[in-house]
Amino acid sequence: MNNSVSNTVRLLGAGLRALLVLTVLTGVIYPLAVTGVAQALFNNKANGSEITYEGKVVGSSLIGQQGYSLDYFQPRPADGLGENSVNTRYKLILSGATNRSGDNPELIKWVKEAKAKVVKENSAAGYTVKPSQVPADAVTSSGSGLDPDISPQYADIQVHRVAERNHLSVAQVQKLVDDHTEGRTLGFIGEPRVNVLELNIALKALVAKS
Amino acid sequence: MGPVLAGVLQLLALIGALALAYIPLGNHMAKVYSSDRHWRVEKWIYKGIGANPDTEMRWTAYLRGVLAFSAAGVLFLYLLQRIQGVLPGSLGFSAIDPDQAFNTAVSFVTNTNWQSYYGEQAMGHVVQTAGLAVQNFVSAAVGIAVAVALVRGFARSRTGELGNFWADMVRGVTRILLPLAFVAAVVLVACGAIQNFSGIHEVGQFMGGSQQWNGGAVASQEAIKEIGTNGGGYFNANSAHPLENPTPFTNLFEIFLLLVIPFALTRTFGIMVGSVKQGYAILATMGTIWLGFVALMMWTEFAHHGPAFQLAGGAYEGKEVRFGIGGSSIFAVSTTLTSTGAVDSFHSSFTGLGGGITMLGMMLGEIAPGGTGSGLYGMLIMAIIAVFIAGLMVGRTPEYLGKKIGTREIKLAACYILITPALVLILAAAAMALPTPGNSMTNSGAHGFSEILYAYTSAANNNGSAFAGLNADTQWFNTTLGIAMLLGRFLPMVFVLALAGSLGEQKPVPVTAGTLRTEKPLFTGLLVGAILIITGLTYFPALALGPLAEGLAS
Repeated sequence: MNNSVSNTVRLLGAGLRALLVLTVLTGVIYPLAVTGVAQALFNNKANGSEITYEGKVVGSSLIGQQGYSLDYFQPRPADGLGENSVNTRYKLILSGATNRSGDNPELIKWVKEAKAKVVKENSAAGYTVKPSQVPADAVTSSGSGLDPDISPQYADIQVHRVAERNHLSVAQVQKLVDDHTEGRTLGFIGEPRVNVLELNIALKALVAKS
Repeated sequence: MGPVLAGVLQLLALIGALALAYIPLGNHMAKVYSSDRHWRVEKWIYKGIGANPDTEMRWTAYLRGVLAFSAAGVLFLYLLQRIQGVLPGSLGFSAIDPDQAFNTAVSFVTNTNWQSYYGEQAMGHVVQTAGLAVQNFVSAAVGIAVAVALVRGFARSRTGELGNFWADMVRGVTRILLPLAFVAAVVLVACGAIQNFSGIHEVGQFMGGSQQWNGGAVASQEAIKEIGTNGGGYFNANSAHPLENPTPFTNLFEIFLLLVIPFALTRTFGIMVGSVKQGYAILATMGTIWLGFVALMMWTEFAHHGPAFQLAGGAYEGKEVRFGIGGSSIFAVSTTLTSTGAVDSFHSSFTGLGGGITMLGMMLGEIAPGGTGSGLYGMLIMAIIAVFIAGLMVGRTPEYLGKKIGTREIKLAACYILITPALVLILAAAAMALPTPGNSMTNSGAHGFSEILYAYTSAANNNGSAFAGLNADTQWFNTTLGIAMLLGRFLPMVFVLALAGSLGEQKPVPVTAGTLRTEKPLFTGLLVGAILIITGLTYFPALALGPLAEGLAS
């Protein structure tokens, strides 16, 4: 009995020592080495791909923002985003999805309302958006709630509204959208997309110029 | 080009990349576990452990090593979270509650990475990098070590010796996981994944004001999280978060990472048992199931049945624009057919049948291709069951790889395949029968039941993904899911190692005209059939109440 207890203790000691040695290797040296390489070679990317406009940081090209006024292009809904509930001295954004199923009454209501809103907001004088023109990404929340992109179709149906509100021509704004539309990587990876923050920065610059 | 064609091309590119890596990585891993030379850094590690890496272990000693190392891992990770409040480099985050700390410690040590916490508001630098990410390495290395021990049981004869646990585990880290993870992490940073220690900082916004973000060692954790088929995200949104998975390319790259070791291990297995064709037969079985599941998933997700998706015009809820339906479908199937559980889109918002496919993938036991190591040993157990069934049909004593599958072997294999279904079905039934666990559901009806069924399926199979509407941070779920993860990981390992010991002691039986040729397509067909029928019979009633009911109603 004593023998087996001391054997167990000895073995647990070996396990603990193995863990500590490997913690130094994989939990300290490895992340620091990656950080060193990352900071030296890809400084901007390793620090969150921040974008500046007129000398001020206005966000990250990778992180979608909410709260754009109707003068600007609108992002996807983000009904799954949360606020932090522990360590509340910070105001952290909690990434996340709605996790609602396809037959969830709340989700059905959100999609209906979002669709009506997109149709109403984007129907300008002489230009009506039909419900069938609204793409799926415009009325659904992404997995992260931080999707930086919208589909080119969703950008296209916003062009008339944005042009009218900023006193630009439709052609000017459409060109802006086309210039900021990124196709599939290598022609087949992912989906075509428009980065909302980058597009809105370009729009702001264009408005300031004209 | 339409999105369906683009999805299919991505699938083909992925298969091409996996095929290119198959032989070199498989050969490399075979060499790692056959070599008798030690690297200098490994000698230091063995000295630190106080273990002689050249001592051969019988199955009981090997198992004791696995259990002692894992127990130390749970204890250490639990304490690290409990003292987070006073640790430097914790961003001022407080200690994790006991039940959640238990759940999380067990979760990462068992290679599950179920997360009942929100990464960005709960875990500081020290717990993330020196606690959670370390287990991403070592739990994967333990899985591979156990698989290698089983393979040695087949390959060796007249000896009960299965190798040295410490040597196998350490080599898995130093020679396989670390080099791969380093390269992958740098690639991820080059594409936009973050890697810094800036902590929580303010970033300006376009419309004025600012947001608060976490900075951290994300890319280094992301890389090993996929390579080790772990799946625990730095952020709550996991691989849907743009700072973890920034581009369509990184999405495909991450899918590649989580599949590459499990598939290549079949080559390692083939080399070690002296017939690469036996490895190809196992590979073909894994590949057939994986490909079939991807095809089904793409079909149901592009068809987007379900009232909300029909209304929206596509199943984009919970999916990122940059990945699209195709990329999200491949990821979802690959993460649930391995023991990864990372997600680039949220499974709870997949179509009813799509959600069912992710669940069925886990219910198969995660063997196509499965987790690092656990996929291979799980599949070899199914191969034993399949030759046993074939043996019953023709009235011969079943053999596999020159070893007799006798009473003891088939009992151990049967115990193995009974553990996870028992855990899943009993605990899910208990959660449904008790008054309070149901309060954690976000959705009601069939999908609400699916949330709970998914949770126990994910935990017992050490997957870690979720129908994340379920509020799992309750004492009931933290505790019962923790128990499911522990038993679902280590009881199967007991049976696998016992089996390895008993196979290794046998003398090989010569191949005769009556031997079932297990390297032939006929056997692959038999194996696929056995896997689907056994799982189907076990889980059909539960699936009918959840995803099938939801999927067929819409």
